[in-house]
Formats: sequence, C-alpha cells, structure tokens
Amino acid sequence: MSALDFSFVEWDIFNKFVLKGMLFSIELTVIATVGGIVFGTSLALMRLSGNKVLELPAVIYVNGMRSIPLVMVILWFFLLIPFLIGRSIGAELSATITFVAFEAAYFSEIMRAGIQSIPRGQVMAGQALGMSYGQNMRLIVLPQAFRNMIPVLLTQTIILFQDTSLVYAIGAYDLLKGFVTAGKIYGRVEEVYILAALVYFVICFGLSALVRRLQARIAIIR
Amino acid sequence: MTLDWQVFLQDDGGGRTYLEWMFEAWGWTLSVAGSAWVVAMASGCLMGILRTLPQDTRLNVWLARLANAWVELFRNIPVLVQIFLWYFVLPKVFPAMQQVPGFVLVVLGLGFFTSSRVAEMLRAGIQAMPRGQRYAAMAMGFTTWQTYRYVLLPIAFRTIWPPLTSESMNLLKNSSVAFAVSIAELTMYAMQVQEETSRGIEVYLAVTALYTVSAFAVNRVMALVERRMQIPGLVVAGNVGGGH
Repeated sequence: MSALDFSFVEWDIFNKFVLKGMLFSIELTVIATVGGIVFGTSLALMRLSGNKVLELPAVIYVNGMRSIPLVMVILWFFLLIPFLIGRSIGAELSATITFVAFEAAYFSEIMRAGIQSIPRGQVMAGQALGMSYGQNMRLIVLPQAFRNMIPVLLTQTIILFQDTSLVYAIGAYDLLKGFVTAGKIYGRVEEVYILAALVYFVICFGLSALVRRLQARIAIIR
Repeated sequence: MTLDWQVFLQDDGGGRTYLEWMFEAWGWTLSVAGSAWVVAMASGCLMGILRTLPQDTRLNVWLARLANAWVELFRNIPVLVQIFLWYFVLPKVFPAMQQVPGFVLVVLGLGFFTSSRVAEMLRAGIQAMPRGQRYAAMAMGFTTWQTYRYVLLPIAFRTIWPPLTSESMNLLKNSSVAFAVSIAELTMYAMQVQEETSRGIEVYLAVTALYTVSAFAVNRVMALVERRMQIPGLVVAGNVGGGH
C-alpha cells in the first residue's frame, strides 16, 4: 500500500485556494435554486394552463433539457453565449446562467407534481369564493404545493450542489477546482481528491440529515 | 450563421472521418453506461435488500448498517469526484489496481454511484408493501430468501420500475463525466473535435442528438419491459420528478 501524504494540509490552503471556490459553489447553488424554482414554477404553470400555445414550448423545453447530460448543457452555453452576444463572459457567469436554465426544467417537474397533488376541491373552493386564476394560484394552490414539495426541493438542491462540480468541464473556479489547484501547487494531486470528497460528503450528508428531520416536522396532517 | 456539415466527412488525421470517430465515441458512451447499469443494478439491489432484512439476528443488523453506510457514502459525493477517486486515488493507494484498465474503473465509479440510488428506491419499494405480505410469507413457512424471491421482490420491482427508468436515463447522461478521465466517449469527442475543427455547433448538435436518441431508446426499452411484466389489476404509484 503506497502511502498518501497529508502533511501539507493546513488552514492556509483552505484560505488561499479552497475558500474562493467553495463560495462560488455555494453561490451557484443558491442562485440556481432560487432562479430554478422561479422559472420552474412558471414552466409548470405553463404546462398546466390547458392552453396549447403555452403548453407546447414548456413541454419541449423541459423534456429537451432533461434528455441532455448537464455537462453537454454547460458546454453548449459556454459555446453559444459568446457566439450570440459577441463577447466572452467568463466561465463562472456562463455556469450560473446554465444552471438556472437547466435546473428550471427539473424544478418545473417537481412543482408540477406539487401543484397536481393539491386536491381539486381546494381550487374549486377558491373559485366559489370568486377568486381569479391568479389569486387562486397565489393564495391557495402554490403555498400548499411549495409546502408539500419542500423536502423534494431541498433534496434536489443537494443534488444541484453536487452537480456544481461539473463546471470542471469549462474550468470555472469552484470547490473542486480549488482543491485541484492546491494539489497541483503542492504536488499532492491524489490527496486533494480525498479532501474534496470529504468536504462534499460532510456538507451533503449534513444537509440531507436536516432534510429528513424537516420532512418529519412539516408534513401536513390531513 | 451557416451550418457546415461537411466537417463530419473530414479526416481527423488518423485515417478515419469525424463521423466514424463519433460513432465510435457513441459506442463508448453506450458501453460505459451499459456496463455501469449492470454494476448499479447488481450492487444496488443487493444493498437495497440488505437494508430491509428483518432485524432479528445480529448479522442482519450489521448487514443493514453496512448497506446504509454504503448508500450514504456513494450518494453524498459528487459523481465527478467519485470518478477521480477511482481513476487517480485508488490505483495510487493500491498499486495492484494500476493494471486495471481505466474503462473498468470508470464503470465501477459510475455503477456504485448509481447503486446508492437504486438501493434507496428498492428499500422504499419493499417498505411500501403492506407488512401482511411478509407475515403471510412467514406463516407459509418461507425462508427469508423465499420471502424475497417469491413475495416481496416481484411486487417491489414493479413498483420501482418507473423511477428506475428515469435513473437508467440519468446513468446514461451521467456517463458523460467520463470525459474528465479521458474515456473517448461522446462528451470527450465533442470537446476535442470542437477544438480541432472550430465547428462546435455542428458537433454539439450531433452529439446532443445522439444522447437524446439513446435516452429515448432506454426509456422505450424500460417501458416495454414494464408493459410485459405488468400484473393486471395491480396499480403502482407514480414517482415525482427530479434527480439527475
């Protein structure tokens, strides 16, 4: 068994290389979650609108996105954005736009399931009170749909956080890249992968434990 | 913008056209994903079953703990990092593994990553069954093995087939991370040919189309199996979107 050498590990490495990447990974996760939920809910409402003109583009967008690997989507945006606007915007911004666009498709499926899980009687009760479609959605359906879907949304966010490591494909400076960079400089290429795995594991395991506890607490008793 | 599809007829400098190379890359994608699927199903089902064993013996308690640890380990580390661990770290720690081809290491990495999700589904599928089913099997004098083989698994597999379908498609898409360790699959091909020919849009369009076709094919095959093994009158619950 060949020895791994972790003697190079000290706080300095974290501050110099990892912190910057970690902040970007977190930022990317938060923006993609919020943006993804906003656009995803819009897509879900379009799909459930019963209006073919709104429905079809949403179906094509969601199914299209869901049939392509995330790495390819990242590469696509990185290629297309400079092509369309005529200048390069950098890997980090490109990754952020990609993740919002990509996650919207996945969050839309979650929100669609959430909206459909609301009993029809709720919608009818809203209509009986004279509420418009917008009021009904905003005051009756969406709050309950969100609440029912919080555990699934959070689980998706954890997956999203793991997937931010795929920005490796365009060289954006994220948590993984931070470790890889440190590894190259200190000549400890293999060891840093273990450290990266550990950090990801602790964050994701901790978050999923939180989600499990939350799940037990927020379940609506019917 | 004009698309120039002639690029696929050009020689790549090694005596084959870019088109031929692309189909070879497609073959690699399919074989990585296919082999990883076998690994994922085998280990995932085993772990899923272990997690639901009756907790009446010491051995079973420890087996369930082991399987739970397995799932948490492979579920909470990004697949790309896991691929790096298999490809770079394990051969360094265990020099004997340096003889193992990179393809096998990537297949194991992808397969075990996916196995954690399969195990989680199967556990949920088994636990969603009424307890009476297991008790009925015990009352009939079935051994644990027989209970799983003849009572629990036939229904549990049908229950988890729809989410297993999307997970199989996810696996196909996740095989794209193999680019990071230079497996000559579709994503690797796309990145390399984009650089060589500067015809990124044509190349990406073709590769994207191949991924879509493959994912659709997986979906159809799984749907066919689902229909074939349908039990009349048995309604299985649908799944919630998400994942990848």
